[in-house]
Amino acid sequence: MAEPIIRINRLSHAYEEGTPAIHDITLDIPDNAFLAIIGHNGAGKTTLVKHFNGLLKPSRGQVLVTGIDVASTSTAALAHLVGFVFQNPDHQIFSGTVQEEVAFGLKNLGIASHEVERRVGQILDELEIGAFRDTPPAMLGYGLRRKITLAAVLAMDPRILVLDEPTVGLDAHSTNEFFNHINRMHQQGHSIILVTHDMRLAARYSSSCLVMRQGCTIGYDTTRNIFSNSNLLACAGLAQPAVTRLGSALQDAGMPANLLSVEEFADAYLGLSEHTL
Amino acid sequence: MAIIQVEHLSFAYTTDLEPVKVLDDINLEIDKGEAFALMGPTGAGKSTLCLALNGIIPHLVNGTMDGRVLVDGIDTRDTYPAALSQTVGIIHQDPDSQLFCPSVEEEVAFGLENAGLARQEITERIDWALRVVRMDAYRKSSPARLSGGQKQRVAIACSLALLPKVLVLDEPTSSLDPAGQAEVYEAVERLRRERQVTLVLVGTDAEHSAAYTAHMAFLIAGKIIALGEPQKLLADKQLVTLAGVYPPQMMELAWELNSRCQTSYNWLHMGQAESDLRARLQDPRSHG
Repeated sequence: MAEPIIRINRLSHAYEEGTPAIHDITLDIPDNAFLAIIGHNGAGKTTLVKHFNGLLKPSRGQVLVTGIDVASTSTAALAHLVGFVFQNPDHQIFSGTVQEEVAFGLKNLGIASHEVERRVGQILDELEIGAFRDTPPAMLGYGLRRKITLAAVLAMDPRILVLDEPTVGLDAHSTNEFFNHINRMHQQGHSIILVTHDMRLAARYSSSCLVMRQGCTIGYDTTRNIFSNSNLLACAGLAQPAVTRLGSALQDAGMPANLLSVEEFADAYLGLSEHTL
Repeated sequence: MAIIQVEHLSFAYTTDLEPVKVLDDINLEIDKGEAFALMGPTGAGKSTLCLALNGIIPHLVNGTMDGRVLVDGIDTRDTYPAALSQTVGIIHQDPDSQLFCPSVEEEVAFGLENAGLARQEITERIDWALRVVRMDAYRKSSPARLSGGQKQRVAIACSLALLPKVLVLDEPTSSLDPAGQAEVYEAVERLRRERQVTLVLVGTDAEHSAAYTAHMAFLIAGKIIALGEPQKLLADKQLVTLAGVYPPQMMELAWELNSRCQTSYNWLHMGQAESDLRARLQDPRSHG
């Protein structure tokens, strides 16, 4: 059995007031995972993932990232290993221009300036924000500022990428573009950890799901198994995507109850109805 | 009767370089008590249009405005935002930009105190607004300690408590979980039904807004390129894709089946899809 990329052992974390935000979590995340962490607002999803790059230290228990104990390692030292895209872009933007913002992390890693320039240019073009390279980020709208924070992290090419609600504020076109990029990174061997409450995203892109509720994990399985368990999702304050529910509703007519996407639904339905007009 | 009339509205931001034109000859009418959806991609000018509805534009933003906006008969050029704030409430996409008090209840009280309401009335409205967004258990908590979704619900309560005639929700639920989203939409829809509050739902995700609105406009690059009933507009895959809008998943399924088997399904809700597909599975001769 290969070493997990992240090993979490009896992790608890309490903020100052003393109420544990997460409680006694144990799990292994395998290398090259595409894991969605889902749960209601305040379930502890962000608190959990902030341990992966040392932004939070465990109150109890242990987190090992590629075997490195995060409690005794600085966030700076973990930065090349774990890229983190926050919910609010304004928490991570501080440079004078878009280009400087995206280059900042790369320079800190000690990468040569011509290589920094090449990577910055490439990622700005891929995310279709090249036109704004000399613009101050503060002048741009929320959706564009989100793209800049994504670009800055993606440019560093981290082995593990933690995305905390990465597409909030992005339109459908930008979301598709973004996930095309993330899928490519996943295929190249990166591990992706997606924190989201958008069930359409989790169902469509992730291969495994961790369900959190009130600081605890209540389910960890393949995305298909998680999404076919409507009781588990309801317990976490979540709901199945509409296509999954439609499949369940038409189970008596022969449709499967574990469909995850529009394409899967159409395939199953057309197979069943031999609807090939 | 129209409560919002936007007539030939154009707006360009003043910058150090050239002016940046963001709105280009917008014409819109929104009736009192209706729910209206304004959809469009990132950077289309949606948030700028919102700011023109409560007078922030032209009074507090550097730029040039042409045309006019009438809200409840009031020309926004002649009235300052402070006076308009009790007519038009805006809930922004980023709650951090509007929360600054030490506790949730003080946050909600802030606008009410500024409006000069009696203490008893203030208390009742705080109770009501926090109940509507299900944050009554947190009234003594610091907003800074809340999760993103909880903060958004407090921001919504602050606007609700002022009982505005028009409530503009600029991507209000994108940071909320599904249960929280449903709660917010149900709460504002109840306000519309019971108090004739006009709703303007702004965003990129039509999954919820399509279910609640009678009219929808698509704004692209500062221009309204389509205006009509959600069921009609959202059936046009090319238009929806161009506008960067997330379609309701049932509409996406209708597009997929239509393209693969030449049907003409048009679904906003699961119930519609279920009855059509059930009929088809039980009687293969029936067509969508």
